[in-house]
Amino acid sequence: MDTTGYRSAAIRDGLGVGVAVGLSGLAFGAAAITAGLSVAQACVLSLLTFTGASQFALAGAVGAGGNLVAASAGALLLGGRNTLYGLRMADLLRVRGPRRLLAAHGVIDETAAVTLAQPTPAAARAGFVTTFASLYITWNLSTLGGALGTSFLGDPAVLGLDVVGPATFLAILWPRLAASAELRWLALGGAAIALGATPFLPPGVPVLLSAAAVLVVMAR
Amino acid sequence: MTLWWAIAAVCLGCYALKLAGLAAPRRILDHPVVSRFAELVPVALLAALIAVQMFSENGELRFDPARTAGLGGAVVALLLRAPFLVVLATAAVITALVRSFLG
Repeated sequence: MDTTGYRSAAIRDGLGVGVAVGLSGLAFGAAAITAGLSVAQACVLSLLTFTGASQFALAGAVGAGGNLVAASAGALLLGGRNTLYGLRMADLLRVRGPRRLLAAHGVIDETAAVTLAQPTPAAARAGFVTTFASLYITWNLSTLGGALGTSFLGDPAVLGLDVVGPATFLAILWPRLAASAELRWLALGGAAIALGATPFLPPGVPVLLSAAAVLVVMAR
Repeated sequence: MTLWWAIAAVCLGCYALKLAGLAAPRRILDHPVVSRFAELVPVALLAALIAVQMFSENGELRFDPARTAGLGGAVVALLLRAPFLVVLATAAVITALVRSFLG
């Protein structure tokens, strides 16, 4: 394939991922309203946080009546993986100044997956820009749609929307769990720690405590 | 701390974390402890979030048969390699159906 071919393939990848994953903003909008956030709060999170797992984590902890400091800390810990994506993508994107400030907002799971999979730096940049733009637009519009729809529906539990947050996390985790027995044990350990601590600690804290399972795995 | 302050903190913090990666010296990633920790932490946190959102309510353990059936449906959809949105829709529809049957 020639250079142009690589670039158009990257653009196709980016559009596919951006639109498909962006539509799950419907689920975030629904989960946020279910958790007691307002439509404006759901939309501000999608516009300015723009990293799904952290957004779901904050909404989930708020919905559980959790301590807001612990809820925010959990969301930020999950956002920490974007730092690693940024480290890996910096050489490919080569952005400086104001463009770096803009590009930084797009450093998330999906853009990293598309960008790092491209065969050339030019294709990587095209993939990054396409994924970022299509995902940002779709994610924010569908957050608004999901939030408005859910707030008109009344009780979201009747529609089974309370399962959407956990199902989203499971779908994000699935490829990693399928690939490694060690990660499956780590996931089980993290879940067990969080559930074991739930009756004794304020909501939000048990999820942070699950990071202790990481120390056990790393010490082995 | 009101909810809006928490949202502002998460928005600012998440942006700072993204920017730090693009701006940091690359050799940090070469440290094996850093890269391993970064690979493992999201797995533990996401699994803990699933468990807590599935099996607790207001700080108490609680088993919800409809929600559990819905997550079971999501597992089957994932095993069948269904697309992301199909997985979520399967979970929600099964949860809603079981809940309406159980009353």
